[in-house]
Amino acid sequence: MPIKILMPALSPTMEEGNLARWLVKEGDTVSSGDVIAEIETDKATMEVEAVDEGTVGKILVAEGSEGVKVNEVIALLLEEGEDASSLDGAAKADAAPAKAEAPAKSEAPAKSESAAKSEPSAPAADQQAAPAKAPPAPASDKGERIFASPLARRLAAQDGLDLAAISGSGPHGRIVKRDVDEALKSGTGRKGAEAPKAAAADKPAAAAQAPKAAAPSGMADSQVLKLFEEGSYEVVPHDNMRKTIAKRLTESKQTVPHFYLTVDCELDALLALRAQLNDAAPKDKDGKPAYKLSVNDMVIKAHALALKAVPAANASWTDGGMLVHKHADVGVAVAIDGGLITPIIRRADEKTLSAISNEMKDLAGRARSRKLQPQEYQGGTTSVSNLGMFGIKDFAAVINPPHATILAVGAGEQRAVVKNGALAIATVMSVTLSTDHRAVDGALGAELMSAFRQFIENPMSMLV
Amino acid sequence: MSGTSYDVIIIGSGPGGYVTAIRAAQLGLKTAIVEREHLGGICLNWGCIPTKALLRSAEILDHANHAKSYGLKLEGKMTADVKDVVARSRGVSARLNGGVAFLMKKNKIDVIWGEAKLTKPGEISVGKSTKPVVEPQNPVPKGVKGEGTYTAKHIIVATGARPRALPGIEPDGELIWTYFEAMKPDVMPKSLVVMGSGAIGIEFASFYRSMGAEVTVVEVMPQVMPVEDAEISAFARKQLEKRGLKILTEAKVAKVEKGANSVTAHVETKDGKVEKITADRLISAVGVQGNIEGLGLEALGVKTDRGCIVIDGYGKTNVPGIYAIGDVAGPPMLAHKAEHEGVICIEKIAGVPGVHPMEKSRIPGCTYCNPQVASVGLTEAKAKEQGRDIRVGRYSFAANGKAIALGEDQGMIKTIFDKKTGELIGAHMVGAEVTELIQGFVVAMNLETTEEELMHTIFPHPTLSEMMKESVLDAYGRVLNA
Repeated sequence: MPIKILMPALSPTMEEGNLARWLVKEGDTVSSGDVIAEIETDKATMEVEAVDEGTVGKILVAEGSEGVKVNEVIALLLEEGEDASSLDGAAKADAAPAKAEAPAKSEAPAKSESAAKSEPSAPAADQQAAPAKAPPAPASDKGERIFASPLARRLAAQDGLDLAAISGSGPHGRIVKRDVDEALKSGTGRKGAEAPKAAAADKPAAAAQAPKAAAPSGMADSQVLKLFEEGSYEVVPHDNMRKTIAKRLTESKQTVPHFYLTVDCELDALLALRAQLNDAAPKDKDGKPAYKLSVNDMVIKAHALALKAVPAANASWTDGGMLVHKHADVGVAVAIDGGLITPIIRRADEKTLSAISNEMKDLAGRARSRKLQPQEYQGGTTSVSNLGMFGIKDFAAVINPPHATILAVGAGEQRAVVKNGALAIATVMSVTLSTDHRAVDGALGAELMSAFRQFIENPMSMLV
Repeated sequence: MSGTSYDVIIIGSGPGGYVTAIRAAQLGLKTAIVEREHLGGICLNWGCIPTKALLRSAEILDHANHAKSYGLKLEGKMTADVKDVVARSRGVSARLNGGVAFLMKKNKIDVIWGEAKLTKPGEISVGKSTKPVVEPQNPVPKGVKGEGTYTAKHIIVATGARPRALPGIEPDGELIWTYFEAMKPDVMPKSLVVMGSGAIGIEFASFYRSMGAEVTVVEVMPQVMPVEDAEISAFARKQLEKRGLKILTEAKVAKVEKGANSVTAHVETKDGKVEKITADRLISAVGVQGNIEGLGLEALGVKTDRGCIVIDGYGKTNVPGIYAIGDVAGPPMLAHKAEHEGVICIEKIAGVPGVHPMEKSRIPGCTYCNPQVASVGLTEAKAKEQGRDIRVGRYSFAANGKAIALGEDQGMIKTIFDKKTGELIGAHMVGAEVTELIQGFVVAMNLETTEEELMHTIFPHPTLSEMMKESVLDAYGRVLNA
């Protein structure tokens, strides 16, 4: 029996991904640990390592394939002593579900049927046959079960509709056939990649194919397109990161009651300390310093320490109860080509400034080349977004659930301030905390900001 | 005292009307129902129910005549006593008629006795019935309201239908019967011509055949039970012919000559010949037509089309405040369709959320001849006509353990699926007890199951219902016991 290489789940929530690149070809010998393929998820490109050793017998999912379901067989590995002839049964068994994905292939159930017969003892074959028959009961993004008739589910799957975007008119809001038919007509819930058939009817085909993203949006694509002259724009298809940003942030603004707290922090002491610390950095033999602290590194540390000082603000809302976090894990927004990603400095409160600084450099670098591991950007208890380097004075950021807060950092600039009744010049940085009111109330948020300012304006306290 | 005002008045207490009245009362509406003749309407008094009573007698007689094949010995010969068979049938009707009266009382629905006429939107006048009385009649229920003027915010016309008559072959109640006379024969006719092979015609043909009459069925369409799937119809025809029924399709009764105690039907057959068939009686079963006359519909401008009131998906007519449901609102003219149409109508009126128009492709139909026929959804021909790519499954009674044990091994279950989506779009059955089986597929359709759920449903063994699953499996090349 050839070994099946399955589409890996790179994170607990991953349902599908794109097979970006094969690093092996049929006939190559691989051993455990070899990198064989690159998978692109919503946020990162990941390497797939071989778990077993053998010869790559057959590649079943071509490079560049989008929306490959987790656990779909992507390749077959021949063990020692097996030759290509043993591929037949397995390949056939696994080809069926892929076919079933295509709406036009009505033969799918029969095919998977024969496949299951040819390999009655292989549970994997059955599993693979399953998607060919009925898509699993879907769940909305919030994890609630979506009630839909089996026929509605199948129609939606065949036509590439997202059931979560369709409202049901059946008993107790169950989605029934007429709702799917209606959605097909109106274009509601159309999924990008799988929609070519439905889109073909629309006039600006390319535009109609542009994914609507999973996020609920106000205007239908057709309404938006109507407002612009055809040819006056170019349709850039969304990549997974764009879709994720759209979905998560829309969800955040729609479900998280935001409020905002702004304070001005004087930076002069911090800048002086930073210069002093950087000057004192030990250098290696090439003259390269062991660390070079940025203001942002110090903001991360100050925010983490502030959360430790006001632990009630280091929280996440859940319906079941408040998660009060024991560590301050600070996500830091990193702008990358085509979007942004938020790698996390774990336990930033416990780390030295130099450790934070070096870790940040490593994470940002790998974020830009989309090589972060999911665990490096998933989770976290808060985040920091800094647009100071662009001269932004002050802004309000959108909370990245399940965080309860996000700190938006503006530019440090010289401003006129009043000190002891007289005008003076100080370097001032405005920061705005966006707060999830379900988890953190106004006074608590204010307390957090006050602690933050204390650390920023008395930076030596961060070192003890 | 007249001038009583209601939320809803329903005209006609057939299965559509009385069920609508109960639902209205459940929804808290002040409700009245008008009836001129018999609570429960045709269905309960002269249709569905009393014919099932007659057919049950026929069935027992058929079984007795085959006692030997079950290893049973019957000394002498079992014979039918027409008077008692009819009396039993009337008794069944009377019992249910009383049941409807009880239900009206229980639900505090006023029964207004008489014939209603819409005088203006929101108002009816009730006068004496102008309809000739068909005996036997049940007594007028106690506590009914009498003639007068009544008002209501909503008036639902549920007046049903009556036998259609062909010009020149009008029923006379003596030699040319409608279902009224056919249901209460004084003496058993020795021979019969049945004109029309829809549910009514074929059921009477089957009944009288069991009772020993020589029966000829004349049907203009190419198949008996023209609305049924051609394959099922052909199967049923073969079985009926085996029982000694004579069936002429693509044939037409052109003329009927009446004798002293017989009729001679001139039947034009498809090859253009005229066959003269003389029989004791002729049953005219060429369909029914809506009771739209004498209701004042025309004066109020209520739109009608081919003898039926035109409605939208919720029973609304073109005149606000006037609704219609059931046979009078158009085909299929079936009691269960009328009931559901009434519920939809009244729930819409009451503002119940989530009310949708009826899905007409999910209305089952049952015919109680021997063998029985039942179906729901599209026939194979209709599905193809609509250009649908289909999968068809079939399963024979001859391969089902329970059917063989019952001694009922002639029959078949056919299922039709949309090839692409796996939607069950039609189910057709012929054979013993299939009228009780069809609901399984109706539920499946209504829940929008695909072949997959049906295949994963556990059907009890040993039952006739197992054939339903086998038929589904067969459509997907997975039949087990065949």
